[in-house]
Amino acid sequence: MSDAASAHHPKDLAHHFESYEQQKQSSLLGMWAFLAQEVMFFSGLFVCYVVYRGMYPEAWALGSQELDWKLGALNTVVLLISSFTMVYAVVGAQRGNRKMIVWGLILTILFGGIFLGVKVVEYSGKWEHHLVPGPHFEWHGDPAAGKEVEMFFGLYFVMTGMHALHMVVGIGIMLVMIPLAWRGKWTKNNYNFVEGFGLYWHFVDLVWIFLFPFLYLLALAGGGGGH
Amino acid sequence: MSMPPSNMSPSAEAASSQAGTTRSGLAEAARPPREHYLNAGYGIKSWLLTTDHKRIGILYLLSVTFFFAIGGLYATAIRLELLTPQGDLFQPDTYNRVFTMHGVMMIFFFLIPSIPAVMGNFLLPLMIGAKDVAFPKLNLASWYMYMIGAGFTMWSLMHGGVDTGWTFYTPFSSTYSNTYTTATALGIFINGFSSIFTGVNFIVTIHRMRAPGLTWFRLPLFVWAHYATSLIQVLATPVLAITLVLLFLERAFRIGFFDPAIGGDPVLFQHLFWFYSHPAVYIMILPSLGVISEIIAAFTRKAIFGYKFVAFASIAIAVFGFLVWGHHMFVSGESAYSALVFSVLTMLIAVPSAVKVFNWMATIYRGSIEYSTPMFYALGFMGLFVIGGLTGLMLGTLGIDVHLHDTYFVVAHFHYIMVGGAVMGYMGALHFWWPKITGRLYSGFFSHLSALLVFLGFNLTFFPQFVLGYMGMPRRYHVYPEEFQVLHVLSTAGASILAVGYAIPLFYFLYSLKYGAYAGRNPWGAVGLEWQTTSPPPLHNFHEMPVVDFEAYEYKEAPVAERQPYRVVKYGL
Repeated sequence: MSDAASAHHPKDLAHHFESYEQQKQSSLLGMWAFLAQEVMFFSGLFVCYVVYRGMYPEAWALGSQELDWKLGALNTVVLLISSFTMVYAVVGAQRGNRKMIVWGLILTILFGGIFLGVKVVEYSGKWEHHLVPGPHFEWHGDPAAGKEVEMFFGLYFVMTGMHALHMVVGIGIMLVMIPLAWRGKWTKNNYNFVEGFGLYWHFVDLVWIFLFPFLYLLALAGGGGGH
Repeated sequence: MSMPPSNMSPSAEAASSQAGTTRSGLAEAARPPREHYLNAGYGIKSWLLTTDHKRIGILYLLSVTFFFAIGGLYATAIRLELLTPQGDLFQPDTYNRVFTMHGVMMIFFFLIPSIPAVMGNFLLPLMIGAKDVAFPKLNLASWYMYMIGAGFTMWSLMHGGVDTGWTFYTPFSSTYSNTYTTATALGIFINGFSSIFTGVNFIVTIHRMRAPGLTWFRLPLFVWAHYATSLIQVLATPVLAITLVLLFLERAFRIGFFDPAIGGDPVLFQHLFWFYSHPAVYIMILPSLGVISEIIAAFTRKAIFGYKFVAFASIAIAVFGFLVWGHHMFVSGESAYSALVFSVLTMLIAVPSAVKVFNWMATIYRGSIEYSTPMFYALGFMGLFVIGGLTGLMLGTLGIDVHLHDTYFVVAHFHYIMVGGAVMGYMGALHFWWPKITGRLYSGFFSHLSALLVFLGFNLTFFPQFVLGYMGMPRRYHVYPEEFQVLHVLSTAGASILAVGYAIPLFYFLYSLKYGAYAGRNPWGAVGLEWQTTSPPPLHNFHEMPVVDFEAYEYKEAPVAERQPYRVVKYGL
C-alpha cells in the first residue's frame, strides 16, 4: 500500500477495510455471531430449567407463586420501552443526529435503571423472606418440597441475575457511548457500533421476554404442568 | 524501498518452481524484503499492543508452546509413575492432580488454541487476500483473555492443582474436592472468551474480507476447515461457560444444580459438559484436517481430489459434532433409547471424516510426491488419524463401550486423534509455513529426523495402551497389576522418544531464525495467496492487494514422462 493511498483512507474507515459497506457488514455480522454465542449461553440455563421443571413440577409451581407477576409485567413494559428508546438512538445515528443518539441513550439508561431498581426491590424481598438459596433459605410451605423450591430459586436468581448482569454491562457501555456520541465519534458512514449495540440491547430484552412467562407466569398458567 | 510486487501469476510461479529452478525464488533468496511485519516496530509495546494478526499469531505461538511444555512435563510425570506397578513416585492424591493438570493444560491451553489461534491467525488474512482479520482489536483481546485465563489456571497449578480430572464431573468437583477447582474453572471460563473471540473474528473475516474474485469454492481448504471450527467455537464454548458458572455457584453457595444430595442431577452436568467438550474435539482436529489438505496438495503437485466434498466434509463434521455428545454417557445412566441414537450418530460422523482421508489418498495417487518434512507429518497424520477414528467407532458401539469405557483403550483412542492427529497437523503446519512466518529455512536433516522420532515415539507410546485398555487397565489409576508392566514400560519408552522428537524442532527453529537460508516468497512452489507475498510478509500483508483469477490448488501437473516419483527437497542446511 503506498502512502498516497493511505492518505486518502478516511478516518472513519478502519485501515483494513476497503469500503464503508464492507466495514458495516463486517461489524453487523460480528454482532450477530456474538449474539448466537449469547443464545447458547442462556440456552444452557433454559435446559436446566426445563429438565428440573420436568422433575419437580409441584415445586416449580410453588416457587413461581412466590414471585410477583405484577412487578414482572411492569418490568416487561419498562424493558420494551427501553428497546424503543434504543431504536431512537440508532435512528439518530443513521441520520447523523448526535442529539438523538445522546437522548436515546440517556432514556435507555433511565428505563434500564428502572428495570434494575424493580429487580432490587424483588431481590431484597426474597432476601427478607429467606427465599435466597443457601444456609438461610427457609421454606414454610410443604416441607417435602423445600429442597426443590430452593432449586427453583437457585435457577431464578441465576437466570435473572445473568440477565441483569447483561443489562449492567450494557448500561456501562452506554455511559461510555454518551460522551463519545456527543463529540461526534459516529458518522453517517460509520455508526456501526451504535447499531451493533442496539442489537445487543434488543437481545437482552428478548431474553427477558422468555424469562418472564417461564418464571412469573408459571403459577398463573395452572401450576407446573406435566403431571 | 520495498520489494517490487511480483507480477507473475501464481500458477506460473508454481510452474517455474516446479521445474526445479525457482527463478524469482532464487533471486529473492539472497535478498529478504527490506520491510516486513517483524521490523515494522520494535520494543515490548509494539508486541503487547499490536493489532497485527501476524504478531498476535506469534504471541499465541510463544504462549501455546509454553503451555505445551507444561502439559508435557505432567505427561512425563504420569509416564514415569506408570513405569512400575507400585505407586513409587506419587501419592494417589498427587497423581490425580498430575493427570488433571496434564489434561487441562493440553486441552484448554494448547490444543484448542494451537492451530486456529497460531496458524489461523497468521494465515487466514493472507490466504484470503485481506490486510487483517475483521476485528483486529478483538483479536488482541482474545490473546489477553487467553493469558488471564492461563494465569488463573497457573495460579491453581502452583498451589497444588486440581484433582477432578479435566472433565470436572459433579458432585466430586462441586462438593467434595478440596483442591482449587474454582480458580481453574474460572481460568477456563475466561479462556473460553478467547476462543469465542477468535471464532467470531474468523467467521466475519471469511465472509466479508475475501479478495476480489475469491469465491467460496476458490478458498483453500484450510479456510473451510477454520470456518467450520469457528462455528463450533462460537456455538459450543458458551455452553461450557454457563456450565462452569453453575458448577461454581453450587460449589460456593451450595445451590443445587448437579449434586443429587441437594436435588441436582449429575448426569445433566455430563450432558452440558460434553455438549461443549465433544464438539471441542472437532475444534482441535478440524484445523489439522485443513492443514493436511494444504500440505498434500503442495507436495503432490495436484489439486485436492473432490475439493467440494472435502470442503463440505468440514462443515458436516462441525454439524454432526454437535449431535454425538451422548456417547460419553453410555454407562452413566443414559436411557437405552438415547444411547442407541447417539451411537448411530457417532457412526455417521465417521463418514465425512473418511471422505477426507479417501480424497487425500486419491490426491496422492499418481501425484509427484515430494518427501519434505511437512509431508512426513501429513502422511503420519493420515495413518494415525485413521487408527484413532476407527477405534472411535469401536467405542461408539454400545456393547464394546461397556467393556472399554474408562480404560486405557479410550486414552489411546483420543491420543491418536489429539496427538497423532491434532499435534501432528500442528507440527506439519509449523514446518510448512515456518519459511513464510520467519522468512527462513530450517534444517532438512534434523526436521526429517524429528518427524520420524515423533511418529515412532508416538506409536510406541500409545499403541500399547490399546492393548492395556483391552486387557482391562483402567484410566486414572497409578497402581496396576504386574502383568501390565511390560506394556507400560514400552509406553514410557515411547514417550521418551516422543519427547526428544518434540524437543529437536525447538533447536533448529531457533537456529534457523539467525542462520537459516532465506526462504524467498515460495520455497515449496505452492499455490495460494499467502505464497505470493514476500517472506516474512509486509505489515499489511501484500504490496498490492491481490485479485484472484485462479481456482484453488491450481497446480500444473508435469507430463507423466517428467514426473519424479521421489524427490528430496533441497532446502535448509
